[in-house]
Amino acid sequence: MLALDIPWGVMAIILPLAGAMSCFLWPRCALPLGLVTALAIVICVAGLGWQLLEQGAQRYAVGGWGAPLGIDLYADGLTLLMLMMTAVVGLGISIYSCGYFNQDRARHFWPLWMFLWAALNALFLSADIFNLYVTLELLGLAAVALVALAGGADALTGAMRYLLVSLLGSLCYLLGVALLYHSFGSVDIATLAERVESSPAVWAAMGLMITGLLLKTALFPLHFWLPSAHASAPAPVSALLSALVVKASFYILLRLWLEIFPFAGAALAQLLGLLGAAAVLWGGLQALRQTRLKMLIAYSTVAQLGYLFLAFPLASITGWTGALYVLLSHAAAKTAMFMAAGNILYFGGHDRIVDLDRVVQHLPLTITAFALAGISIMGLPPSGGFIAKWLLLEAAIRSGQWWWGIALILGGLLSAAWVFKVVGYAFTRSEVPHEARAVPAAMEWTALLMAVVAILLGLFVPWLLALMEIGLPFGGEGSAG
Amino acid sequence: MNWSAALPLFVLASSLLPGLVIFFLPEERVATRSSLNLAGAVLKLVLAGVMVWGIFHGSHFETRLPLLPGLDLLLRADSLSMLFVVLSSILWLVTTVYAIGYLEGSPNRSRFFGFFSLCVTATVGVALAGNLITFLLFYELLTLATYPLIVHRGTEVARRAGRTYLIYTVAGGTLLLIGTVWLYTLAGTLEFTPRGFLSTLDGASSTALVIIFVLLIAGLGVKAALIPLHGWLPQAMVAPAPVSALLHAVAVVKAGAFGIVRVVYDVYGIQFSATLGVTLPLAIVAAATIIYGSMRALFQDDLKRRLAFSTISQVAYIVLGIAIVGPIAAVGGLVHLVHQGVMKITLFFCAGNLAETLGIHKISEMNGVGRRMPWTMAAFTIAAFGMIGAPPLAGFISKWYLGLGALDAGQGWVIFILAGSSLLNAGYFLPILYAAWFKTPADAWPAERAFGRRETAWALLAPPLVTAFLTLAVGLLASAPFSPLQWARFITTLEYAE
Repeated sequence: MLALDIPWGVMAIILPLAGAMSCFLWPRCALPLGLVTALAIVICVAGLGWQLLEQGAQRYAVGGWGAPLGIDLYADGLTLLMLMMTAVVGLGISIYSCGYFNQDRARHFWPLWMFLWAALNALFLSADIFNLYVTLELLGLAAVALVALAGGADALTGAMRYLLVSLLGSLCYLLGVALLYHSFGSVDIATLAERVESSPAVWAAMGLMITGLLLKTALFPLHFWLPSAHASAPAPVSALLSALVVKASFYILLRLWLEIFPFAGAALAQLLGLLGAAAVLWGGLQALRQTRLKMLIAYSTVAQLGYLFLAFPLASITGWTGALYVLLSHAAAKTAMFMAAGNILYFGGHDRIVDLDRVVQHLPLTITAFALAGISIMGLPPSGGFIAKWLLLEAAIRSGQWWWGIALILGGLLSAAWVFKVVGYAFTRSEVPHEARAVPAAMEWTALLMAVVAILLGLFVPWLLALMEIGLPFGGEGSAG
Repeated sequence: MNWSAALPLFVLASSLLPGLVIFFLPEERVATRSSLNLAGAVLKLVLAGVMVWGIFHGSHFETRLPLLPGLDLLLRADSLSMLFVVLSSILWLVTTVYAIGYLEGSPNRSRFFGFFSLCVTATVGVALAGNLITFLLFYELLTLATYPLIVHRGTEVARRAGRTYLIYTVAGGTLLLIGTVWLYTLAGTLEFTPRGFLSTLDGASSTALVIIFVLLIAGLGVKAALIPLHGWLPQAMVAPAPVSALLHAVAVVKAGAFGIVRVVYDVYGIQFSATLGVTLPLAIVAAATIIYGSMRALFQDDLKRRLAFSTISQVAYIVLGIAIVGPIAAVGGLVHLVHQGVMKITLFFCAGNLAETLGIHKISEMNGVGRRMPWTMAAFTIAAFGMIGAPPLAGFISKWYLGLGALDAGQGWVIFILAGSSLLNAGYFLPILYAAWFKTPADAWPAERAFGRRETAWALLAPPLVTAFLTLAVGLLASAPFSPLQWARFITTLEYAE
């Protein structure tokens, strides 16, 4: 079959890159070009999914050169889910930004966004740790530029801090890569997985790489840069930062942990779990204290990223599946939330939580999107967040480490508290007239659709789990039970 | 998919789909909205009837969709679920008529009726759930769908009540979740089975099972308003009358009580629960709730608050009937699930009529109201006598079976609880009736609205009359086939068959 022979994985990188080029060259047509590219990427990822389902995990040797010499791309179920997440969220963000940016901003937004998308897809497909470094750096630079797009002092400070953190993180990671290359003469993950054994150099490399990645993933207490950067960016950028960019460094961490550093040991896993639990509680408490909507949502990202690390001490397939489910449902839900916040800002010109009632009553679709996304974030059924919570809780109880379950439960209650604090304003009466700018329908509907995706994730679990098991990224017998 | 697998889904869809459509209807499309609502309600009732008929003739209705590896989203119609489904369907239809009349001309009606439909969908989902995770799913959905109804008026009081409601119910839901997951890791299944699936379990310590039982019952007890978890219910009174009616009669408190029945019967099994020693504490909590609720009701001047405390007391009867380990008391508890619903909804309809027509909210304003609104007060009187337990009304049947069952199970102390409670019921209902019928009315009502020659609008008057008639009918015709009593007996024989 012809369609099965197309290297869909490679296409998924080339397409956004080409899109970025053409948006840059023809800024007047940036919008249609970008939208067409976004659609093409979605089709491409669907093609890859079909290919994986038919033929199992795929390895592409780009340019015909094999692993030690050339660049290898590798796609298994984990890669596929990450690409699908990026494609769905990316399409949503693309549609949303049609209404959000004016002509002038759009000229800068589209090439950067397409470039970022290319970097993301390349990162998820990379099969060697140096390639991962390169894509991580590209991703960071594109993200910083997008944060600065908002203009103004806040955004520039946020962007600058973000830039420094991002560079520091990649630098740590790069040092680790150098150490590993020096010791084992390879950067290919599969080769390293066979050769690496416990030694001081490896532990040093591991320490550096993990620290760098934690910094970029903003795990407590390294989260200090995230709220200001995510909150000061334009709404679609906040969405893609929270939903996608922080997940990329987590993905690298996950891959390394599973393949190269399986000897890392329980102590380190417990430490990661502890930091994760602290992030869940700290992020939740801080979110509750915020007076601005976007800051609140940004702190909730800190909390949600903490959940991802609870899977490390649990170290079971159920646990990993749970973490992955947090990742997916958070991506959809957080995108919806930032979009909703963007609509509110667009409409009323402010995002002060106490004055929200004057705004949200004119934006029923937006507040619905926020509420639905909130249901997933706090882990109430039926939603992706609930499935994630269930799986993690089950893994915690099965492994006898019920205390991680407590962090999970408390985190859910904190999220519920702030979600309902905001949603409560949708029902109070307010007669104060308001200077308002009409929100384009596309922006309201995309926010709602993304929230619906987060809800639907809770209903199509077996289907997604089957995709995840392609190539057995988490090892085991292939059953998540 | 064949008919028997699709029917439970259709029952859910008959209120879910109209609800979703209604959200998007413009405010002024009253006729479309009302007909959608009524069509959904009638359709649900018809479908429920078909299922009852089918079960009676030996059919099985079961929808199974994969949710997680090893866990299904399971909807199943068994005799216990049909008791609750039929009750919800009938009362939803009546309440819809009432709500259309009650909210005429008020703002945000599309939002209201949308959530109203979701609320009933969740309730029927709770009823049809065939395993604990499906139950949990709809139980939480019920929390979410009810919150907007409680804060509907948008006042500061409403928002505070909504917040209290959420604090209680979200915390309760969390306990239920922990218990459910823990149970799953021990048992490997969550599917409701007659006489439970835990008694045959090897290797699980009975301490763990007792803790899980406490977690589950605490989680369910929040909605069932068992003390000390009842604090949200009196506050939730700020909601519009149709919501209070639905909340107290079918949706929220009943979901909690129904869940307790499920856990005791179909998860633990009544005999195994008794072996674990958890039924006596449960019975004591229920008894304490009965007395406490009635005591508090005595001192309320606000009519709806008095009714709310009365609900706390009355719903605990259901739990008491389950916790007295014996078939006859169980019949009393189960049948009270229906009887309390029918009686309490009548009382709330009447309270709503008084508030809507005359502006009466307090009992001290009710002097002589029987002469102004005879039909409403007649319905109120029937339901109140039913609550007190006067024969031949619905409440009498429940109390008779509870008392007989307690004696049969050798738990004589329950008789004193029942007698005390009946006295207290009389203590807080009879003064209302006396004031309404025999005292002279004040010069003017607080805020009177004229409805021509009738005492109030038809849509407001018909529902309480229908439910008052039902209160009478289920008591008088208790021995007829398909009466709630006979159905409860049928369920009990399944649980207690050895």
